[in-house]
Amino acid sequence: MIALRATDLSKTFTPPKPLFGAAPPGVRAVRPMTLEVAQGETLGIVGESGCGKSTLARMLVGLLPPSTGEIEIAGEKLGVAGPAVFGKRIQYVFQDPISSLNPRKTIRDILETPLKRLYGMGREERRKRIAEILASVNLRESFLDRYPHEFSGGQAQRIGIARALAASPRIIVLDEPVSALDVSVQAQVLNLLADLKTEFGLTYLFISHDLAVVEAVSDRVVVLYFGAVVEIGPAERIFSAPKHPYTRLLADSAPVVGRTLTAPEQKGTELPDPLNPPPGCAFAGRCPRATDLCRSEDPALTDHGDHQLAACHHPLED
Amino acid sequence: MSRFLKLLFRNRLAGLGAVVLGAIVLLVLITPLLPLQPPNVTDTANRFLPPFSEGHLLGTDHLGRDLLSRLLYGTRLSLAVGVAAAVIAATLGSAIGIVAGFYGGRVDNVIMRGVDMLMAFPYILLALAIVAALGPGLLNALIAVAAVNVPFFARNIRGVTVGLAHREFVDAARLAGMSNARIILVEVLPNVLPVIVIAMSTTVGWMILETAGLSFLGLGSQPPVADLGSMLGEARSALITNPHTSIVPGVMIFLIVMSVNLLGDGVRDALDPRLRSGALARPKAVTDVRREGAVPQTPQKGLLDLQELQTQFHAGGRVFRAVGGVSLHVKPGECLGIIGESGSGKSVTALSVMGLVASPPGVITGGAVRYDGTDLLSEPYEGLRRRRGRNVAYIFQDPQATLHPLYRVGDQLSEAILSHHAVSRAEAEKRCLELMRAVRIPNPGSRMRAYPHELSGGMRQRIGIAMAMANDPDVIIADEPTTALDVTVQAQILALLDDLRRERGLAIVFITHDFGVVAQLCDRVAVMYAGRIVEEGRTDDVLALPRHPYTSRLIDCVPELGGGKRRLEAIPGLPPMVDDLPPGCAFAPRCHKARAECTAGEVDLGVTGDRAVRCLYPEDAPKREVAE
Repeated sequence: MIALRATDLSKTFTPPKPLFGAAPPGVRAVRPMTLEVAQGETLGIVGESGCGKSTLARMLVGLLPPSTGEIEIAGEKLGVAGPAVFGKRIQYVFQDPISSLNPRKTIRDILETPLKRLYGMGREERRKRIAEILASVNLRESFLDRYPHEFSGGQAQRIGIARALAASPRIIVLDEPVSALDVSVQAQVLNLLADLKTEFGLTYLFISHDLAVVEAVSDRVVVLYFGAVVEIGPAERIFSAPKHPYTRLLADSAPVVGRTLTAPEQKGTELPDPLNPPPGCAFAGRCPRATDLCRSEDPALTDHGDHQLAACHHPLED
Repeated sequence: MSRFLKLLFRNRLAGLGAVVLGAIVLLVLITPLLPLQPPNVTDTANRFLPPFSEGHLLGTDHLGRDLLSRLLYGTRLSLAVGVAAAVIAATLGSAIGIVAGFYGGRVDNVIMRGVDMLMAFPYILLALAIVAALGPGLLNALIAVAAVNVPFFARNIRGVTVGLAHREFVDAARLAGMSNARIILVEVLPNVLPVIVIAMSTTVGWMILETAGLSFLGLGSQPPVADLGSMLGEARSALITNPHTSIVPGVMIFLIVMSVNLLGDGVRDALDPRLRSGALARPKAVTDVRREGAVPQTPQKGLLDLQELQTQFHAGGRVFRAVGGVSLHVKPGECLGIIGESGSGKSVTALSVMGLVASPPGVITGGAVRYDGTDLLSEPYEGLRRRRGRNVAYIFQDPQATLHPLYRVGDQLSEAILSHHAVSRAEAEKRCLELMRAVRIPNPGSRMRAYPHELSGGMRQRIGIAMAMANDPDVIIADEPTTALDVTVQAQILALLDDLRRERGLAIVFITHDFGVVAQLCDRVAVMYAGRIVEEGRTDDVLALPRHPYTSRLIDCVPELGGGKRRLEAIPGLPPMVDDLPPGCAFAPRCHKARAECTAGEVDLGVTGDRAVRCLYPEDAPKREVAE
């Protein structure tokens, strides 16, 4: 069963039109992309800064209206319904646990809001529900009357997760949920997320720049580059047998114990200019396999077997 | 609240303001109960009586009215009008500011251009125009003063709201089903309230003055009712002959405005989180050194040798033992990794080397830092300054924060060279180009004239490395230099650092939390926990066969690429706070092997060969294959 389907979703940020002259071209943060996430699946989304992963996530939860395309959750087209309609179906866990909690509200206020606003629960019902949620994220009820600054990063992130759970969504978008945490705490939160997923039958979209973390938690992984999907595949294969040269570059760049230090890319290359995108494949400028075809024609996402799709004219062989 | 009052009264002048203002407010509140003569009854026979006359403590004015009575009633009126105007201006202005800042875009544009137009008029002209349109009278003066001050609040509050409207908790509130109006009231308003209070406390004195000004011109309170401004206005003609009639209201205005402003500044300092966290205290150019024990006299190992270093932070009556006796050394051409979680003291250790820990609150309380034979902690400031950058240079995590945003990167690089070498500008520029080539920046000639924001994160960190290399240091201390960068860029920066140390024989101290990075770059590694080294050794040995339970479990926490989907081994609990360390081993409360002896007393760092471990029951079973 499909939990979430995004069809031709794209976002172009248009700068304000100047008083004189023509409107400047917009920045295409996310180029039209189609994604499907199955019920109960964890879809990892990786990419470097500026690849459009946060823009995509904000569109999926309804915080940002898409320029084109449609979002369908559990077979229901949501259109531009606004965050409150999305909120009951899909929730968001933010990267920075402390700044995602209002410093002037108690934890109880924070957790009660979705229960009151989305479900109109009464006082007694809310108390019971909050007790349940706190128990499932391993937090004590005595924390309820405290303020966010009294918590460590790991605890604050649990509160962020509890708030997302309070809305009883089917899908949770996790936007770099552990990258602000220490490694010993990071594992605690990742394991908690795995437990919650089985307990509540959730579907996750897990965004991160840390390939090892994404691989450890995901069923399938999407690799984004310059606002477009360059490769989708099963987590256990995508980094060990990548089809797209960019995926391989990412995998080779990740520091791994026991691998000697080499810079996989010696040229000081940078991302293409979003205001002036190159024709053809956006990665061609950095790609050792690029040909004239790559520099003129944008490759489409094609199936390379084993559920692995890559957008490349010259995919890597196994 | 009590904390706020304590902070407020620590500022003596603010305390004085509070006392004076409190006395005045109390006096005018009980004025109707005092046995005063009626303020508006004329007695021309007794006009211009001097102060201390019988029955008239402060004398009388040109119509023989009692000045004390008029003064108190007038102050009452002036204060009430001033405060009311401030409240009205703050409410209206803040509402406008919040709406403009929250919605942004066109709403913001329309509102703020309107506010700008209001601000373009000289305020007194605007107030006069309003009073002229509405007619003279105290109420109209109040409206005028409030209207004139609305733009000030609107602009201030809009700025704060713009910052808040894009915070993540506002997005979270949207997803929790809140409407925009509710978000403004429940999420945004409580966060801007302190700013509104600060803005009000610093402007209310000004508004009292403005009201007095309008009354002085005869546009405010109408005779015979007195307020401070009209009293001054009426006394103007007798300024030379009977100065006391002017001095009495003048002194009162002075006292009110002075005390309000002193108190307002105090309130601002006590409420402003930036000032509260000690931004007003200027750190010294070098960390305080107050060594409690004797200076260690152990012979020096390596080029840079930290011996039993202890650094503490003394703040708010508490002592944070950030670094609790750390010994480390690094040889030329060697790379030493320091690994640890946040709060483990790894950065403070690094900053202590060149006396860069902010003092106050930082103090180095013990140990020695030996560089090529000299103890840097005993070095006077001038000597240390000459060594900074030339002997030991730093690379920091966030080059965006360490580069000055308003200077071109080439100029900043030249400055680093010129501060140590007396060479010409052209010479320095030539050296800049060399350095930028050495750190592999493409087109160094044009990049020199770029501002930091025009460069990508990786390029900025290259500039940071070039700056560290500018004076050919022997030791580079790199504090998480790649944490803020993307993996592909990180790989390039790490390769660059590795090349530099091999080509030039640099000693590198590399601080990180990432085992993968340590494994690839460092020859030796020290693991820190709660301000102390718990394990040290050759990188390959430590990673393959960790002996301290903390190291072993920390390695298990970190997922490695190529492991597939799996459950991770977490360490329960949290690292301890360094102002309240448990006795004995700091890791014992989280350790599955802990026994009573672990918390009984100090656990020493046991050294065998080039391995060291601070544990009573170290792991000795060979660890599973790393690539499992």
